[in-house]
Amino acid sequence: MTTLLPAKFGPYGGQFVPETLMPALIELEQAFVDAQKDTTFRNEFEGLLASFVGRPTPLTYAKRLSEQLGGAQIYLKREDLAHTGAHKINNALGQALLVKRMGKKRIVAETGAGQHGVASATVAALLGLECVVYMGVVDIARQEPNVFRMKLLGAKVVPVTSGTQTLKDAINEAIRDWVTNVRDTHYLLGSALGPHPYPTIVREFQSVIGIEAREQMMRDVGRLPDTVIACVGGGSNAIGIFSGFVDDEQVELIGVEAGGSGIASGKHAARFGDAAKARVGVIHGTRTYVLQDEDGQIAETHSVSAGLDYAAVGPEHAMLRDKERAFYTSATDTEALDAFQTLCHTEGIIPALESSHAVAEVIKRAPTMKKDQVILVNLSGRGDKDLNTVIKELGTL
Amino acid sequence: MNRIENAFKNKPIFMPYFPLGYPDLETSIDVIEALAKNGADLIEVGLSFSDPLADGPVIQKATQVALEQGVTVKKVIAAIAELRKRGVTIPLVLMGYMNPMLAYGLEKFVRDAKDAGADGFIIPDLPIEESDEFESVTNDLPLIRMLAPTSSSNRMEKIARNAKGFIYLVSVTGITGERKSLAEGLGDLIASVREHTSARVCVGFGIGTPEQAKEVGQMADGVIVGTACVRTIGTSQTPVETAKQFAAEFRSALR
Repeated sequence: MTTLLPAKFGPYGGQFVPETLMPALIELEQAFVDAQKDTTFRNEFEGLLASFVGRPTPLTYAKRLSEQLGGAQIYLKREDLAHTGAHKINNALGQALLVKRMGKKRIVAETGAGQHGVASATVAALLGLECVVYMGVVDIARQEPNVFRMKLLGAKVVPVTSGTQTLKDAINEAIRDWVTNVRDTHYLLGSALGPHPYPTIVREFQSVIGIEAREQMMRDVGRLPDTVIACVGGGSNAIGIFSGFVDDEQVELIGVEAGGSGIASGKHAARFGDAAKARVGVIHGTRTYVLQDEDGQIAETHSVSAGLDYAAVGPEHAMLRDKERAFYTSATDTEALDAFQTLCHTEGIIPALESSHAVAEVIKRAPTMKKDQVILVNLSGRGDKDLNTVIKELGTL
Repeated sequence: MNRIENAFKNKPIFMPYFPLGYPDLETSIDVIEALAKNGADLIEVGLSFSDPLADGPVIQKATQVALEQGVTVKKVIAAIAELRKRGVTIPLVLMGYMNPMLAYGLEKFVRDAKDAGADGFIIPDLPIEESDEFESVTNDLPLIRMLAPTSSSNRMEKIARNAKGFIYLVSVTGITGERKSLAEGLGDLIASVREHTSARVCVGFGIGTPEQAKEVGQMADGVIVGTACVRTIGTSQTPVETAKQFAAEFRSALR
């Protein structure tokens, strides 16, 4: 059986799902391929990105942060200013339009930080779809404001108590729901993960970030950035911004994983950072780098940011890393929290804890660069949702 | 004649599923032996995985317990050898998800499983699109192919072609677990699979009572009972005795 689009990224990716779901993946791929060729679909998507999401999101020069660090000039791609407060809405909107096209009436989604859940609930309300969001009880506790938002938007939030009670288990439950209701339900997967065609679909719907950022750099700064930095959980915001620059070989691409309490502690989600625990395996329908034990059981992960707290990384990132087209590093919880505060104080922007990992790398890297060099960082989301966590972690403000 | 061929001499066959390591390794070996010697014609021996996305709550919980009990791929393979030593002669088919097998090393896994006395593999997260790699190392042990109610006619034909051992037909659109009644249109589904293949068709997912098994057995070559087996034996104070009764009861309902 062959696919319309490539199902693999080098040795990574593929379709490791029960037979019950295969016809739905084939249908989704066909719908996506048809939609990409259909100007009516593209016009509707692009129209809503402008009128509903508020795109293009701005490119902001981080003047005070650049001065304070004393090296490279830093620019922020402001996905935090997209409707619902993160980049997740781009993909949610695109997939929801595909759902309409396929004639399905119901969507299920997983969420870690709650941003994808909110985005899914939002597009479901916009397009009149039923929406069920699966969320681990650990994440429900640390992202409570987003739970309220999803409910306000009319979604049903189902607490997941199995396994580690975080994003991984929310995905398991969403897939179980999908297997059961696949005839009328679409799984609105929120990251560049899962079985083909999801990693490709999510990248394409998130590529708007990279396309805009490249145009804005050329227009406002008059040059390409030297370095592009983004945080990587599953990796959708990173693949979105990277896709705008991947053909510009002189532009360095850096992904930042969750270093948690430090790699040595074992409590982290750095799939590329821990050679002892991360091996190529299969989880949630895709083959990629997975944190696991010797016996192939998926490892528990830890991060202060729910959105990065996941044992596997998107398969395209695994390929970009093998090809040395992108490089991956990590930031610890402490570094991310420091970066969070730094950006608040220097720029008047409260970043999501996920995005704070990217900012942490900027703080390490910018001082080593020259003043005429440029870093572009994807500020993937805003941090209002994280205030409970930050107050708890910092003790006081 | 290999063990799977032999098992189908009298049909329909009874195929329970039970995970090694639940409620502990020793008991699970005793349970599987008891099932084997009291009416099971083939046993699906469960290999636990932390993220069993095709399984309902009962099997999720049982396999979680098995992992907490320290079950590993290596121990599962050793347990198969132990079952053979105890005189279990029916086919034992390993059922598990892809990642633990990959972590063990596919070639080594297949070789060691075969040496221990396993007869085949069922891997729910390995559709035909991804099965070449596994099949290239399995040699003579079959990778049992699965069909679902959502499989198109086109897929049924491709999947059924060259199917080895038997075809595992998932009776419901959903995950493992007992249902109050059999899936609507199951007879038609089985009939449509048979249009594409002369291979044996065994039906699983959603079959929980001897009555349901009997009904399915009138249409299929084999009946797979997972959740009910795990739940009934797992909640018993005397799991081995319960396993004996369970196997005898389903077997007599079928033949």
